[in-house]
Amino acid sequence: MTATHIEATSERIETTLVGVVAAKEIRDARRSKWFWMWTAAFAALAAVMASVALPGSQVAGYGSFGKTAASLVALAQIIIPLMGLTLGAYSIAGQRENGALRFLMSHPISRSEVFLGTYVGLAVALAGTVFGGFGIAGLITVAQGGGANATSFVRIAVLSWLLAISMLGFGMLISTFARRANTALGVAIFLWLGLAFLGDLGVMGTSVATNIPTWGLLASAVMNPVEAFRLASLTAFSGSLDVLGPAGRYAVDALGDSLGWWLFAIAAAWAVIPVTIALARFSRGSDV
Amino acid sequence: MITIERLTKRYGRATVVSDFSVDIADGESIALWGPNGAGKTTVVRCILGLVRYEGTIIIGGLDARTHGKAVRRAMGYVPQELSFYDEMTVFDLLDYSAALRDIPTERVSEVADVVNVGEHLHKKVRELSGGLKQRLGIAAALLPDPPILLLDEPTSNLDAKSRDAAIELLQGLRDEGRTLVVTSHHVEEMAMLVDRVVAMERGEITTICDPSDVAEVLGLRAWLHLVLSNGSAPRALDVLSASGFTAKLNGRGVLVEVSAQDKGEAVAALQRAGVSIKDLEVWR
Repeated sequence: MTATHIEATSERIETTLVGVVAAKEIRDARRSKWFWMWTAAFAALAAVMASVALPGSQVAGYGSFGKTAASLVALAQIIIPLMGLTLGAYSIAGQRENGALRFLMSHPISRSEVFLGTYVGLAVALAGTVFGGFGIAGLITVAQGGGANATSFVRIAVLSWLLAISMLGFGMLISTFARRANTALGVAIFLWLGLAFLGDLGVMGTSVATNIPTWGLLASAVMNPVEAFRLASLTAFSGSLDVLGPAGRYAVDALGDSLGWWLFAIAAAWAVIPVTIALARFSRGSDV
Repeated sequence: MITIERLTKRYGRATVVSDFSVDIADGESIALWGPNGAGKTTVVRCILGLVRYEGTIIIGGLDARTHGKAVRRAMGYVPQELSFYDEMTVFDLLDYSAALRDIPTERVSEVADVVNVGEHLHKKVRELSGGLKQRLGIAAALLPDPPILLLDEPTSNLDAKSRDAAIELLQGLRDEGRTLVVTSHHVEEMAMLVDRVVAMERGEITTICDPSDVAEVLGLRAWLHLVLSNGSAPRALDVLSASGFTAKLNGRGVLVEVSAQDKGEAVAALQRAGVSIKDLEVWR
């Protein structure tokens, strides 16, 4: 048994290894009480919203699915970022802290494969939660006699998942910096507060306090991924952006029918940007 | 063969390994020995590519920095303690490790039997004793039948019986011709297991020697705790002090500082003076 010569092998990313790590993350999520708690909370709230959205609703102009979707957008923009950020923040930092990351990386696997496997696994798990919640809400809506505007409903479900993986990416980015899981979770919660609450207030404050042009207001709104999701979702079922006032009307005038696709593309971009930065940072080879 | 040249590792302004160079031949087993903080574990982490470092590490002709996956394919790593994946079963953990190495699941049972964890495959990792966790770590490392094994303090958390069993297992792996790199601070274990000892202190190599010479070369000291008959401790203290030993009272006995390779001198001095020793223990 000698090791005089070890055969050089490819150092490229192997999708099989990404899949092995992803499958473990999915198994772990299935066994995690936290994950089931999130899933149950989202599904229960979605079910409640679907139940109350239709009977007696006075939301003029929306199809029946649209009424449910409008409620779910409000729910999703609060819960989903918190879910994605905390899952992502704990992922790498938690494994680093308990030694699992060192054990994992003592195998013939690259940092990129570890990172991508973790990300893909958690993204799939989040898909289960998001589509599960929307699925339950959709079934309740159909059971109550609603059925119109289903396409928009599906589109908002997809946007919600994009928001979830965007926040997962931000969480994992935090995780690549933090040595301790609790530090990562703390930063993630601060970011959640900033994105879900302060970001919206900031845009409103800016519009009141300054004379920035209407396109600038629109641009500053979509600089916040949670706001980009909200605008894309509102456009999906109402076709307008009245919520943004003059900036919304400007967007509709300037982009016309393609507004929804533009906002969808921005939401999709936000799903890719943070995870790409996090991947680049983790793969660069910081100590584990 | 592992060649490490001028390995240096810094964390911020602190240098934890400095200018570390050593050649390890095929089939050779070496110990990285030193007190806590000497840098032993950091050297192992550098070999595995877990941390960034300065210098060069060549394993089997490949640069570990640029061929990380290839060199890790030839190595098995046993961490100090498997304190993670607590909710996985032994089988699932080994199967996961096998999948990461593209090894068929059938190999899991084979390896589990080799290290005697076969009957615990369906237990959760958190249910295992320290000794079984250590065996599980060794089982995971052996899955690819690697020519090189890196073991980080393999016996540090074990009781005496489990430690003996682990040493016996590692001796068997060494005798199969594997290259072993073991970090340890137990001199006796190294004497049984390795061909050479690389002694480290504050990140630097202080000496490289035969394991049987470690105590003498490094001037290692130990404390003997001698349990004596009632009332004889003050007399023992006088005898030991007169013989040039540093000694102090400790309950019903005395603690005496001795040379690690010549512990019998203090005992002989007491016997010559007629002081009866009921029991003794070596403290390091």
